[in-house]
Amino acid sequence: MEYSPPPFFKRGPSLLTRFTFFSIVSVVLLVADARFNYLTVLRQGIAAVVYPLQRLSSMPGGLVARVDDFFVTQSQLQRDNEQLKRQELLHTGALQLGKSLESENRHLRQLLGLRERLPREFIAAEILYSNRDPFTRRVVVDKGFQHGVKAGQAVVDETGVVGQVTRVFPWVSEVTLVTDKEQAVPIQSVRSGLRGVTFGIGYDGTLELRFMPVNADIQNGDLLVTSGIDGTYPPGLPVAVVSNVERNAAYPFARITCTPSAAVTSFSQVLIVSTADQLPANPVTDDEAGPRGRKAKK
Amino acid sequence: MNIDWLRAPPGGRTSPQEILLPVKTRYIALTLVSALVLDLFALPGLLQQIRPDFIALTLIYWVVYHPRRVGFLPAWSLGLIMDVADGSLFGQHALAYAVLMYLAVLLHRRIVMFGMRQQIAHVLVILIVSQLIMLGVRSMAGADFPGALYFVPSLLGAGMWPLLFNVIRVPLRPRSDPDAV
Repeated sequence: MEYSPPPFFKRGPSLLTRFTFFSIVSVVLLVADARFNYLTVLRQGIAAVVYPLQRLSSMPGGLVARVDDFFVTQSQLQRDNEQLKRQELLHTGALQLGKSLESENRHLRQLLGLRERLPREFIAAEILYSNRDPFTRRVVVDKGFQHGVKAGQAVVDETGVVGQVTRVFPWVSEVTLVTDKEQAVPIQSVRSGLRGVTFGIGYDGTLELRFMPVNADIQNGDLLVTSGIDGTYPPGLPVAVVSNVERNAAYPFARITCTPSAAVTSFSQVLIVSTADQLPANPVTDDEAGPRGRKAKK
Repeated sequence: MNIDWLRAPPGGRTSPQEILLPVKTRYIALTLVSALVLDLFALPGLLQQIRPDFIALTLIYWVVYHPRRVGFLPAWSLGLIMDVADGSLFGQHALAYAVLMYLAVLLHRRIVMFGMRQQIAHVLVILIVSQLIMLGVRSMAGADFPGALYFVPSLLGAGMWPLLFNVIRVPLRPRSDPDAV
């Protein structure tokens, strides 16, 4: 021990003792968080304490954005306004058609005795910043459980699925993007109706469609939409477009790469979709399923 | 190119010769909170990923020059706060800061004897080791190596050491009184 004072000066426990103590506590916390998903309450408590500091440190950026917003030219506003009006007109048409289809669908489902689809609620949220953790693809949005956000809800933008809410704090929540490693989205191919699951592979702008047999009916350019069988994502939302299919008979599965439909890296406004709590209970309980990974619990 | 600011302050060696005002605990807390704000500051895209860890740098400064003023507990608690703010695994930064504190206390007697360039080298090693700890923790939890860009914050942080050194010392330098004898 290089750094030890003479014993007649009382200086508390030695450096190595203190280091060992704090390391062990850290490792215990790490295991509790990574393996068992405890500590949610502790995390939320600290988050509530840090929140004012976070707001304080995001203030200069917000101020710049606000000043920037203020100096928008008249012509640009007019152009935007016109464009939005045109879009709204188009959307209204589609919405009316959707309304009639919805009522027809409900009627048919009643006739067939199928379970009715509950209407979903949307919470509009703004992305505050992307998470600093370089190991994951996550963003933080400005709505938390004070606004009714729950962990596990799907997040979409106007072009497709963005990701899923994974942590909820009082005033903000954390969204894991579909491109995050191991983030799974159940999908269905629009062309062939084939069901599967896409996984993020940890780089921006790429998804992987795993566990598809080599002769699966998947082609370049196939649109993959959410299948809705997980009860989290509403069915029919675009997730990705197949960009590359590698079929090698040496491997049991084809290697299928996809490009996400939503602008996963560049959006600023998103919608948080409420989860429908209408699924029957899972016939396999957690104890029977054995130990599950960290990602499986999402 | 003028690199006078890189050289040691007058007196040949670095700091011990420079007489500074006594450090108040309030000032240490203020610098650490400012470092936290700098770390939390939202930056666009790539800048976010290469931002140096100001908390780590500030901790190293206080431990090296005033080893008895900042203990493990505040450093470790700041690590927990960073974990929550970053959304990383709970305890990851805390463990890294504990290792950083250990190395800094272990090396503080030699670091103060060196000139600025050698100090940068020491700081770089401490920062890289603490980042390697985080990388190891995340690898065990199943993450991939995020790319060579991961170590840029340490390089930038070590490069900013002279700047931080001088900024922290500004309020500690005695003001010369023109009316004095």
